[in-house]
Amino acid sequence: MSNLEQEKQLLDGLALNDGAVIESIYRDNYPVIQSFILNNNGNSDEARDIFQEAMIVIYEKAVSGNFELNCLLKTYIYSVCRRLWLKRLHQLQRYGSLVENIEETVAVEEDLELHEKHNTDFILMEAAMNKIGEPCKSLLDAYYLQKKNMQEIAADFGYTNADNAKTQKYKCLVRLKKLFFAQYKNGN
Amino acid sequence: MDELLLIETVERYLKGDMTAQEKIFFEEIRKKNPDIDQLVVEHTFLFHELDKQANIKAFKHSLYEVESKLAEEGIISKKQLTGKAKVVFLWKKYKRSIAVAASIAGLVSIVTTASISTYNNKVDNSNIKDLIYEVKKDTDKKIAEFKDSLNQKTSKRNPNPNYRATGFLIDGKGFIVTNAHVVNRLKTIYVENNKGEYFTAQTIYADKNTDLAILKINDTSFKAVYNLPYSINKTNSNLGEQIFTMGYPRNEIVYGEGYLSAKSGNEGDSTAYQLSVSVNPGNSGGPVLNKNGQIIGIITSKNSTADGVVFAAKSKNIYKLLDALKENGDTVSIKLPNNTGLKGLDREQQVKKMEDFVFMVVGN
Repeated sequence: MSNLEQEKQLLDGLALNDGAVIESIYRDNYPVIQSFILNNNGNSDEARDIFQEAMIVIYEKAVSGNFELNCLLKTYIYSVCRRLWLKRLHQLQRYGSLVENIEETVAVEEDLELHEKHNTDFILMEAAMNKIGEPCKSLLDAYYLQKKNMQEIAADFGYTNADNAKTQKYKCLVRLKKLFFAQYKNGN
Repeated sequence: MDELLLIETVERYLKGDMTAQEKIFFEEIRKKNPDIDQLVVEHTFLFHELDKQANIKAFKHSLYEVESKLAEEGIISKKQLTGKAKVVFLWKKYKRSIAVAASIAGLVSIVTTASISTYNNKVDNSNIKDLIYEVKKDTDKKIAEFKDSLNQKTSKRNPNPNYRATGFLIDGKGFIVTNAHVVNRLKTIYVENNKGEYFTAQTIYADKNTDLAILKINDTSFKAVYNLPYSINKTNSNLGEQIFTMGYPRNEIVYGEGYLSAKSGNEGDSTAYQLSVSVNPGNSGGPVLNKNGQIIGIITSKNSTADGVVFAAKSKNIYKLLDALKENGDTVSIKLPNNTGLKGLDREQQVKKMEDFVFMVVGN
């Protein structure tokens, strides 16, 4: 029971983007995943990629708040990485039977589908951001992504005052919205 | 209502910045007016997406930081497979394609022989131009003097250089990589950072084949820097990869971007890449980075008659240089940087972090 509580704490820390928590999850799980991927036609760069993606899957679940872990975090991570790696192997057309220790796995398909969806949204937003051009991109990035305040932004971008920067920011937001929804509707 | 004002109101509403009274008033409007209601829904979604974007980006950055920390400790292995193991691995990976390639190779070789022999005759080395910049007496010197007068506190000397090129740190203790053709032309060498501080430096190794040289800053006023944010790539980069470079074609650092256009350099030189990027005399020795902020090459020369044909020595040559240095019995210990601090960052931020480590190499 205390184990589960501990893991719950890890997930809470993860949702807050706590570096120490990320590090401890890496330390506990990375070696297993790396050897799994190295044993199955992969290299260490691919192991890093897969583990990173798995971390993002868990992060998204942790942030959503309704992540109920029915198994050990370790099992969950292994299952996600295994699934992701099988998919990657399939894409790369490197076939072959999996070499693995007998590890317990849980079903993660639904979670990965959701992650896929999040990922598409992420790419759409990034594409929209790249399309709006400067100074809009930097302006929105500074306010919405880096969470700087309007005074700082006005100074950085050379606006005479925060109100001018604000007006410009809203104009940019209108453009972003148009681009984003245009693609979003096409993509779905 | 004015659209901008409306968006501002919606944003305040969603952020919970409204007073209770305002909120009731706004919700009233929202109920009565389906257009506004629709707008609120849309913006809620947009802000939600933006928030997610911000969080994921921040999270990815934390991941990179943890990764590079653990890679230092050796928990995450960074090394590409080397030697025999690599060949076996590559063989396994490409078995099928090699078989296919081998079966059509005969055919292709017959077809291409003619075209290669005619093409080869055209290659002429006189078109290849080193990218070292000869400082013009008038304007550049005035600028340098002016900069000097501004920086009197930091720079003690005015080297009054005749040539200018670029170099970058490969070890914070003061080791800089630049081109062999640069140092061969200079008797006294100075390097200048982007703050306008000059340091004296000396060549510790130069290799004409790859056109690379290593300098050591031997100035006592130079303070070692830590955490170079980049790594130096050991493997070959891919055709079409987006690249960027920084250098000193002017008295000020200049950024340029382009792509990798061929995997070999002039006349099939396998120690170099061909790039398509805009560079000018003075860019020699500048680092070429990929989108992840790994150094993949060093600008060396360009074809003066063809547009956008630039050559860069492959970064793995730096490793070879260090090996050669060791064989020479040199006792210097250079530890190449291996960080991923630039990965996942926007280009502007990458450049900002890079700037401090790209030096102007000048001298007479």
